[in-house]
Amino acid sequence: MKPAPFRYVRPTTLGEACAVLAAEEDARVIAGGQTLVPMLAMRLARPSTLVDIARMPGLSGIARDGDVLVIGATTRQVEAERSALVARDLPLLAAALPWVGHPPTRTRGTVGGSCANADPSAEIPLVAVTLDAEIVVEDESGPMPMLADDFFIGPMITAVPPSGILTAVRFPVWDEARIGAAFHEISARRSDFAFVSAAAQVARDAEGRCTRIALGIGGVGDRPVKLDVSGLIGTALDAATVAAAVHAAAAALEATSDLHASADYRRRVAVTLGARAIADAAANIQAKEGGR
Amino acid sequence: MKVELTINGTARTAEVEARKTLLDALREDFQLTGTHAGCEHGVCGACTVLIDGAPARSCLMFACQADGYDITTIEGMAPAPGELSVIQDAFCETHGMQCGFCTPGMVLAAHALLAREDSPDRAAIVEAISGNICRCTGYGQIVEAIALAAERLRTANTPRGVRPPQIGAPHVDPDAGEDAPGAGILEAADADMPHGGRP
Repeated sequence: MKPAPFRYVRPTTLGEACAVLAAEEDARVIAGGQTLVPMLAMRLARPSTLVDIARMPGLSGIARDGDVLVIGATTRQVEAERSALVARDLPLLAAALPWVGHPPTRTRGTVGGSCANADPSAEIPLVAVTLDAEIVVEDESGPMPMLADDFFIGPMITAVPPSGILTAVRFPVWDEARIGAAFHEISARRSDFAFVSAAAQVARDAEGRCTRIALGIGGVGDRPVKLDVSGLIGTALDAATVAAAVHAAAAALEATSDLHASADYRRRVAVTLGARAIADAAANIQAKEGGR
Repeated sequence: MKVELTINGTARTAEVEARKTLLDALREDFQLTGTHAGCEHGVCGACTVLIDGAPARSCLMFACQADGYDITTIEGMAPAPGELSVIQDAFCETHGMQCGFCTPGMVLAAHALLAREDSPDRAAIVEAISGNICRCTGYGQIVEAIALAAERLRTANTPRGVRPPQIGAPHVDPDAGEDAPGAGILEAADADMPHGGRP
């Protein structure tokens, strides 16, 4: 349980960090290290150099930019979890964060790190895909925003170029007046890796009809996916309609089997959790001032 | 690499290899062996320390990453040599430990919780220690210990005979003699006796 030797650098600018990554094929970026360090300890990863960006100026923080909430890559998960901005503008992320790891890993783990790691069962990537967030990657040529759905390619595989660094995640903020969100997952133990997770955000009008809806499923296949449940817009989100819509949408899910859960089980649970997340999101609606 | 840390309020420096974890540096370079090495890959929580006051696993951080941070270990909990903190004392009192291997991590996780919340409910206590594995107690007495410590810290911080501020009500409670929270506070005389005055 001791990592193989490596060189450690802590550059202060993005340019220096990208230069190290460009020069060394086996250099890896580290921020919170809550997934990378166990992989080093078990020698599943043997980087030549660790490029520590945790304290690089300008990469941390949560700020509103028009209709987007920008979360800097090295913003620690606990900061997002306790952020009033996230609670107000991103109810789905606020609902998902308590499921990420444990309290002592959320104090070091970062929002960007969870995305860059791209575990298929991770919560933050699922929220990013569900809300159509933009993930910003930078290298020598400047910032490259890409849609979360294009960013996540497979298990632990992302579209980050070899010398690129994830710098921020841009989550769209829904401006509807009545928004609710819910997050559910099934795992062997609380906060262990999810077999299946479901994230839903719903907007309703004053009469209770659904005006906007997003549903994402994680842990089932090799990356988080968004399901098309747009047929529910205009309905009152009654249980039977929701169940039928989620069931139909889930037919497109590619599920994997492993020691913990079969593909059939994962697909079945995805339908149940997806419907439950929509129902809870619809019930959790909070009216906010100034929305439309 | 040279690292400079503030450990339990004292500035310390050490020359470490880049791959040395904060856990190993604490145990080998600073001889603070109260931080326990369990799984060494972030699962068991035995190595929990406070980094700038927030609980974190010292096996999931390299010492060089911790350069400049303020680290609190179990050795920094007691107010003086030979004494126990309120939380440690509560663990003794409710028998919140058996073999003691997980205890330093549990105490630090509890400390971080109680620094933030003065009256956590059972769910908040369970969540706070959810990343710490105990194989002896079944967790019941640990949860009890943290609840007892929370109560003691709360009552210890309430001046006797003073009500919590209420608009329009007199500040000093005329009935204080009846319901002053005398129980639950460790008397100074008790604390000086062997076993904290317990039989």
